Amino acid sequence: MSDLKGITINESVNNHHAHKDAVGARIGMWLFLITELLLFGGLFVIYGVYRYMNYTAFHNASLELNTSVGTINTIILLTSSLTIAMSITALQRGQKIISLILTGSTILFAIAFLVNKYFEWSAKFQHGIFPGSAELTSRPPGEILYFGLYFTMTGLHGVHVLIGIVVLSFIFVFIARDNITPDDYAKLENSALYWHLVDIIWIFLFPLFYLIK
Amino acid sequence: MNDKETQTHIVDYGTYIYIWLTLIAFTALTVSISGMHFGNIALMIAIVIAIIKAALVLNIFMHIKFDDIVFKVFAVLGILTLASIIILTFSDYLFR
Repeated sequence: MSDLKGITINESVNNHHAHKDAVGARIGMWLFLITELLLFGGLFVIYGVYRYMNYTAFHNASLELNTSVGTINTIILLTSSLTIAMSITALQRGQKIISLILTGSTILFAIAFLVNKYFEWSAKFQHGIFPGSAELTSRPPGEILYFGLYFTMTGLHGVHVLIGIVVLSFIFVFIARDNITPDDYAKLENSALYWHLVDIIWIFLFPLFYLIK
Repeated sequence: MNDKETQTHIVDYGTYIYIWLTLIAFTALTVSISGMHFGNIALMIAIVIAIIKAALVLNIFMHIKFDDIVFKVFAVLGILTLASIIILTFSDYLFR
């Protein structure tokens, strides 16, 4: 704690004109990330209980998911986490152009993830599998639950990816306009933290939905 | 200013790429294990691998390893809260 106070005082002395506190901002970001963790955590608990109660149905339903698409999307998200992490290093070293390229790549990877998701969901819709469809409601309750959770959890995760694209696009512009600088990059750092959390959630969604064969 | 600079930990590109390669390797491992049809053990292995991957992202990509103690406490408290919810729920459902 004494270290932390040291940083805060030091920063307020050096940036007294700016009224900024990067450590405080990061603590706020972590509080938000914990609420996100509990939001998805609740859904994972529901998944766990229903899977325990409908073991065979969940197994059968998961066979219909395309493991290749899931694996490719996992690799895309892991790589996007790498590029946004490296973007911070680049900015800290004053390499603005490299930081911009890396942030831009992260946005492109995020878009690629959603494009894959679009084709994956479209394929499911074409097979008549979507919440409330005649095909799905004719199936055993466990399979209805599996696909309900699949659309809810990957859908909520997809919304987070979409929000990430918007946030990172702002960050890209901020870096380009020198609103984010090597001395003051709290916005980039906190957005990157959010993006890594989105990655961590997918790290758990992937095996639970795609790899339970 | 010096104080602030010594507190800012800049992570090398190399460290990040090394962690990324490890994450990709674990992904390949978990996909190939799921293809071997181990049944219940496969789920346990998949979850353990996911936890290792998440720990790598949390510690290196999210800088928790290099952060002040307050951030470590935050992260651990959040994870413990979720863990206790999971344990309490399953201690009910598994023994009905």
